[in-house]
Amino acid sequence: MSAALRRGFAKFATYVILVAGALFILLPFVWMVLTSLKPSAEVLLMPPKWLPSRIQWENYVQAFESAPFVRYFCNSVIVTVLITAGELVTTVLAAFAFSQIQFRGRQVLFLLLVATMMVPGEILVIPNFVTLAKLGWVDTYKALALPWCASVFSIFLLRQQFSSIPQDFHKAARVDGCRDLRYLLTVLVPMSRPTVVSIALLKVINSWNSYLWPLIATNTNDMRTLPVGLAFFSTEDGVKYNILMAFSLMIILPTLVVYLLTQKYIIRGVSNTGLKG
Amino acid sequence: MRSERLPLRVRMRRSGAKAWLYLLPALLILGVFQIYPVFKSFLMGFYTQFDYLTDTVYQWGFDNFYNLLHDADFALAIRNTCVLVVFAAPLSLLVSLVFAVLLNSNIRLRRVFQSIYFLPFVTSMVAVSIAWSWMLSKDFGLINSILKIFGISKVAWLTNPDMTIPILVVLAVWKGLGYRVIILLAGLQGIDRRYYAAARVDGARGLSRFVHVTVPMLKPTLVFLSITTVIDVFKTFDEVYVMYANDPGPLKSGLTIVFYIFTKFYRHWEFASAAAASFVLFLMIFAVTLLQFLFTGRHRREERL
Repeated sequence: MSAALRRGFAKFATYVILVAGALFILLPFVWMVLTSLKPSAEVLLMPPKWLPSRIQWENYVQAFESAPFVRYFCNSVIVTVLITAGELVTTVLAAFAFSQIQFRGRQVLFLLLVATMMVPGEILVIPNFVTLAKLGWVDTYKALALPWCASVFSIFLLRQQFSSIPQDFHKAARVDGCRDLRYLLTVLVPMSRPTVVSIALLKVINSWNSYLWPLIATNTNDMRTLPVGLAFFSTEDGVKYNILMAFSLMIILPTLVVYLLTQKYIIRGVSNTGLKG
Repeated sequence: MRSERLPLRVRMRRSGAKAWLYLLPALLILGVFQIYPVFKSFLMGFYTQFDYLTDTVYQWGFDNFYNLLHDADFALAIRNTCVLVVFAAPLSLLVSLVFAVLLNSNIRLRRVFQSIYFLPFVTSMVAVSIAWSWMLSKDFGLINSILKIFGISKVAWLTNPDMTIPILVVLAVWKGLGYRVIILLAGLQGIDRRYYAAARVDGARGLSRFVHVTVPMLKPTLVFLSITTVIDVFKTFDEVYVMYANDPGPLKSGLTIVFYIFTKFYRHWEFASAAAASFVLFLMIFAVTLLQFLFTGRHRREERL
């Protein structure tokens, strides 16, 4: 085999593998979309028909009406906004202290916090439930959001970013009579926009999809978030797959849109997590 | 400006107070919800009689840990989780590495492939698990109908206990591919081109270049990823809980450690034994993380030499 032919074959094999991988990843999504648009009679055919004979948008209306979808949706939005906003505030302030202010115990405190990064979120669930039960906050937005309103990892990332901005800026600002808080909000944060945005976006996606904690911290239907509501809905008797898939897709859609619009930041944020190692 | 003229000690004390003010919101939340619970969950493991609502403990002891050791379900949960980790982690890493290396060669539509692989990372695991369980349905599922084309008879994916671990392994590969590919790509792009040039001069090509240049240069990334992958698989829960309709799979074949903790806590309301079990999970993850530090520590030392 000539070298050119061999290279051509290698290229071809590469594309075959990449496309096969893409199909493997996409299969569940494609099947969800197709199922969600089928009339009920065509859902349980064997062998299955790939394309619906007619597109039944009503499935989405039915999914929308079947469960308290709107309520779940609002809960998810509220909780996601609270967590993201809360995390941004705590992160920006803490990263400022760790990167711009000299104080005794700074290194020790920072190392202590970084050490807690290896604690798995799952072990926090039980004591946190007990804490919130004692406060009488179970089944409230406070319980859903508060425990996740700060993250050591985000503080770590933003501190690195803030530290890369020369201290001279801070000194110059002080000479000009610029207070710390104003310096932080009008200089540091805007200069660190990509990092701040990717921290926020990753948090939005995480909170929107989180399942275990909202499942445990809620006990009435009124407080459930979308993933919890969907899981309950899916185990109800007589649920039809086309409706269920429509419901699932409506949960996926918001994060999908966010992802497609802000890919650059999300991918950047994820690449950053690798730098930790 | 004025403060600059004050003695250093006073300045430090002032900025100290200011720093703590900035740190207060974060420390409050981290302290109450992420640091205190670690100690609390350890202590709770020793509660034998208590009232969780008032948080009063009447009696302490080793009963929970003792019961855990003699609970066949806990042993099964550890076994299932370890089997899952042993298969899922290396396979996920290997598959991701292959895809990352392929994407790193001169590929058209690279961004498109990367975006597609990353999709599962941004989508709700609950929604996706429901879709998978629908595709894996024995009589009406897509997978069995595709297999039929190749003459393979129906497989009872969701009711045959032998199928649970393989399904969870495939799901782990599927779910994390994009995340790992992105991190690996970042690592691959960090490798200095000159190493490849030098390898070419020495006559190393293809596989030998990959083994002798790419893998060693990628080692920090690979170590980081293997640890995070192992930890992720350790914590498998959502997909099992949703795919098997709130059960741990046929004959408890999908009972993972987190599922065990969840059952103790949420179903049986046995807070103390759940806390004890979660502390065991913590220790296992801690051990894995410690290994990472040892590995990376050794790596750094090699670099210095």
